[in-house]
Amino acid sequence: MDSFIVISLIKIFVVFGALMTILAYLQWVERKVIAHIQVRPGPYRVGPHGLLQPLADVIKLITKEDLVPPYVNKVLYLAAPFLAITMALLSISVIPFGPKIQVAGYQTWMQLTDLNFGVLFILGISSMGVYGIALAGWSSNNKYALLGGLRSSAQMISYELPLSLAIAAPLLISNTLSLRKLVETQDGWLWNWNLFHGFQYVSFVIFIIAAFAETNRVPFDLPEAENELVAGFHTEYSSMKFASFFMAEYANMITVSCMAVLLFLGGWVAPWPAAYGSGYVPVVIFAVAGVITIWRGLNPRRKRDRYTFPPFGVVFLIVAAVFLVPLLQSALLPLFWFCAKTGAILFLFIWIRGTLPRFRYDQLMGFAWKVLFPVAMLNLLATGLAIAVFS
Amino acid sequence: MELILFLVFAGIAVVAAINVVVQRHPISSAVSLIAVMGSLAVLYLLLGAEFIAAAQVIVYAGAIMVLFVFVIMLLNAGGETKAGRSFVASLLGVPVLVALLALLAFFTARIYPRDTEVHFGGFRGGTAQSVGRALFTTYLLPFEITSILILIAIVGAIVLARKELE
Repeated sequence: MDSFIVISLIKIFVVFGALMTILAYLQWVERKVIAHIQVRPGPYRVGPHGLLQPLADVIKLITKEDLVPPYVNKVLYLAAPFLAITMALLSISVIPFGPKIQVAGYQTWMQLTDLNFGVLFILGISSMGVYGIALAGWSSNNKYALLGGLRSSAQMISYELPLSLAIAAPLLISNTLSLRKLVETQDGWLWNWNLFHGFQYVSFVIFIIAAFAETNRVPFDLPEAENELVAGFHTEYSSMKFASFFMAEYANMITVSCMAVLLFLGGWVAPWPAAYGSGYVPVVIFAVAGVITIWRGLNPRRKRDRYTFPPFGVVFLIVAAVFLVPLLQSALLPLFWFCAKTGAILFLFIWIRGTLPRFRYDQLMGFAWKVLFPVAMLNLLATGLAIAVFS
Repeated sequence: MELILFLVFAGIAVVAAINVVVQRHPISSAVSLIAVMGSLAVLYLLLGAEFIAAAQVIVYAGAIMVLFVFVIMLLNAGGETKAGRSFVASLLGVPVLVALLALLAFFTARIYPRDTEVHFGGFRGGTAQSVGRALFTTYLLPFEITSILILIAIVGAIVLARKELE
């Protein structure tokens, strides 16, 4: 019992620390990727290739003046960012990152806790996350903030329906609500994943679209449409309170990406079994990356590349070597596949932000109710029928 | 541990429920009501009804209360003004309330002894499997009739809300 508490505490610290780091660097990645899509370098001044930019941003946000306007509803104004960030971070607690591993004689799952109804838990938590935004908009006592809050709550209620219906179809196939068992049913080859196995392409696309709307991302970022609404629901927020909303948005992005991976793409499972050499994929990727980086450092196109590239190349090679250690493989390989799949979905988020313009509000609502909802319903019916016929 | 959790969340539920009535501003009342729903969900969880707890959060605390908050925000309703209280109400209010609560507690204790399992008619359990099985076998007819009733309500709402075509 005591060791259980100690292990849980350690796991919570590790997951929380990793999540916070990823949150900070996801923002850096986003700025870099968007910058390159728009043919400009992006953050470049703080550290090599702007790598210390997130740290600088955190210091800036913490040291900024924390202003509470005199006309706000104090209690709800202070509670709203707290609510938003709590609900966003809470759902990471049920997400499994890998199978059971052994650390110094103790067996533990790479997951904080497994609930029998993990999927429902995440849906419930995300539906509570709306309040942070809605109450922030209302309590600011500002018409732009109010309109942003209203838009966001209407949008999230509307898109929660197709989202839930899209989730229901792979759940029918896997026949469980526990996220851990969900992954276990998709073990083995690529075609055992729910996306391919159950022919769930339609619900995957609906899930991704609804996830964009749920996290208020472009092309559905109407709650914070600058040219109509200033900054939307967080107009009146400054310093760490603003940062809470910002972090909540990115944490929600990570959560829905993890959900997409767990529901459709087999979670931490490799695309093909380890017996056919899937364990060597990360080694090859990191070794090739390391060799290319060192080679580019030795034949520099710009003068400074001679000093910045080789250290990164060495780091890549060390990572590649770490993946060869048999003791660490059982933990690192599932983690690699999970991060690779989640990272691919996150990249899709950023890619689409750099590509598509914003929808108009009536188009957004019409699309949810007249297109996504009926299609999700039909897909669920078809999946149910197929399962009833074939099993 | 379970007793402590029960006491904490039952306490939150009662205090928040009283707060719903006491608060003057509709938004504050709505937020208190969300707290009531949330703590009720935890109580369901303590009884082992995990699906019902999740449904409570998703449907009541999530969907329905968001609509409440949404409507209050749209109407931009202000705080209530204090109405003059009648003499009879302030004299009889507290005793009648206490008597009502006492009667409720007494009859609940009489009908359901301490060791009764939680049940709904003949149905026990609260996992997703058991609720689903019960809904689609034993209670199939009431379930379907309820869904048609809700459909009729939606159609009615649309007919009432629709602008007259010219």
